[in-house]
Amino acid sequence: MDKKIINVKEFTAAYGDNVIIDNISFDVIKGEKFVILGGSGCGKSTLLKHMIGLYRPAHGSILIEGDDIAKAYGQDRIEILKNIGVAYQLGALFGSMTVLENVMLPLEEYTDLKKDAIDLIARMKLSLVGLTGSEEKSPSELSGGMIKRAALARAMALDPDILFLDEPSAGLDPITSAELDQLINQLAKSLGVTFVIVTHELNSIYNIADRVIMLDKDTKGIIASGDPKYLRDNSDIPIVQKFFKRQTDEQLDS
Amino acid sequence: MTKPHSTTSPPSLQTITEDNSTLKLKIKGALNAYTTSKIWTDSLTAIKTAKPSQLVVDGSEIDYCDTAGIAFFTNLQIRQEQLGGNFKVEGLSDEINKLYKLFDAEQLKEPDVSDSIHTENKIEAAGRWGYEAWEEIQVNIIFTGRVTVALIKAILRPDKIRWKDVFITCEKFGANALFIIALVNFLVGLVIAFQSAVPMKQYGAQIFVADLLVIAYFKELGPLMTAFVVNGRSGSAFAAELGTMKVNEELDALDTMGLDPVPFLVVPKVIASLLMLPLLTVFGNLFGLLGGLVVMFSLGFTLETYLNQLTIAATYGMLISGLFKTLFFAVIIAGVGCLAGMRAAKGPSAVGDAATRAVVVGIVLMIVVDGIFGVIYYILGI
Repeated sequence: MDKKIINVKEFTAAYGDNVIIDNISFDVIKGEKFVILGGSGCGKSTLLKHMIGLYRPAHGSILIEGDDIAKAYGQDRIEILKNIGVAYQLGALFGSMTVLENVMLPLEEYTDLKKDAIDLIARMKLSLVGLTGSEEKSPSELSGGMIKRAALARAMALDPDILFLDEPSAGLDPITSAELDQLINQLAKSLGVTFVIVTHELNSIYNIADRVIMLDKDTKGIIASGDPKYLRDNSDIPIVQKFFKRQTDEQLDS
Repeated sequence: MTKPHSTTSPPSLQTITEDNSTLKLKIKGALNAYTTSKIWTDSLTAIKTAKPSQLVVDGSEIDYCDTAGIAFFTNLQIRQEQLGGNFKVEGLSDEINKLYKLFDAEQLKEPDVSDSIHTENKIEAAGRWGYEAWEEIQVNIIFTGRVTVALIKAILRPDKIRWKDVFITCEKFGANALFIIALVNFLVGLVIAFQSAVPMKQYGAQIFVADLLVIAYFKELGPLMTAFVVNGRSGSAFAAELGTMKVNEELDALDTMGLDPVPFLVVPKVIASLLMLPLLTVFGNLFGLLGGLVVMFSLGFTLETYLNQLTIAATYGMLISGLFKTLFFAVIIAGVGCLAGMRAAKGPSAVGDAATRAVVVGIVLMIVVDGIFGVIYYILGI
């Protein structure tokens, strides 16, 4: 059942002459929770932005369910985008709309469902992320954790196959962060969604990730990949050790 | 269960009336946000006409169902319960059933909001309006006081003024506005001179177009036109700049560093505007009169006659009285712009609202101040 849902091949990302990621290849398997990690400035977010089609690769290709998003235009591109959902780091909820309207927007644009049907689906998505009761609030009335969850609900509006989350737990307290991890695990299990998550929160990584890749700023490539706990215990690459160990040392100290 | 493409053909619905009281909906195919619409409407119509006391959804032949499909079941359940009947889903695969169990129809019913809506009566509305107006006046008085105090302090301690900001603002506010000020005033001068030349001609008084133009320009048009243009350019820019800072919490950061935003951000802008607006007005006056010159040429007068007539008509008093007003306009432009920015609310439209507010309030205040000066100058005989 190991079906590849995303296929990144010989991918290079560059801003002008400035190469950020140099020739990497990896696959994401359907249904897994795949985490991209690495230190600040290593190109995690750049990789994510390429995967969701905001930027075009300098070289190589990114196939989402077999389609190259960088080479798709017009309706073809929309068809690919309908199958992915993105929750941005700061939520990117539209401030002029209520939380419910934010979730309703993709449904209104892409389906011919009746208004009350859309309303109900949106309410269900919000209940999935535990935001029942906040439907009519404006995004500015929400706390940080609620914004992240509302963004997740909006990303799920069309029941996409793949959800991309950019730093879902950044700026959240440990409890809210753990709750969000739990939510992601629950959604992956009950909806069968594939998650691609960018993060550097170690706790989240252990809680969520089925598989990780670690990007490195100096080599501009993937320095390690696999199960995070295995990497922590067995990797002999210094940077990987430092990444996983430093924080575990701190945890041991405290 | 593989996800169907969004263009998959819609699922089919078969309604079976088992006895008088039971309606069975047999659904076949794939249910997602793109395909559910038709059977959703059809099912609701079927329930409405049949009004069954027992509604059964047979899902044994559904091969794909995501949350949109579950929403469909939930909607049927809510409707059926509203009509006082029973509802049952049967034959769902384990996978779909697990998803179905995630949601609680009870919780998803639309909340009854009719009780919580309180409509305001006229007296309450008047009261709220009065209260808000009073608050608005208070805010403006306090801000004017803060700016005045900060300006006096700055004049007493000129080394404390952030001169770099002053000069940057001078460039943006003054130098960069030269072209638009020249263009607008030239055209206004030209149009006024032309429009007045036509009736003047009937009395053979074309030469007095010069008098009319120079008096109107020095006293009113030059200062006002220039201030309006600058208000549109720079007042809105100040509001946008400070509004963005407010939204980005930069104003809060200043506050927590113990720095008062008024001397730090507002005073340099007020000083730059005080320095630049009179100069721009002089420049504007010049181009307004140049516009008049074009009309005078076309009426057959020479440059010499025009200049001669101007010097007869104009006095230093007129020029100075006009320029004196611009000092007040300058404070209004910078002050109103900055205040609008500092009071920006949250959200994406906040900065736009602040800029609009700065321009509108600025223009209204300038007209009011201009009117007051008109009366004062009349009494003083200037």
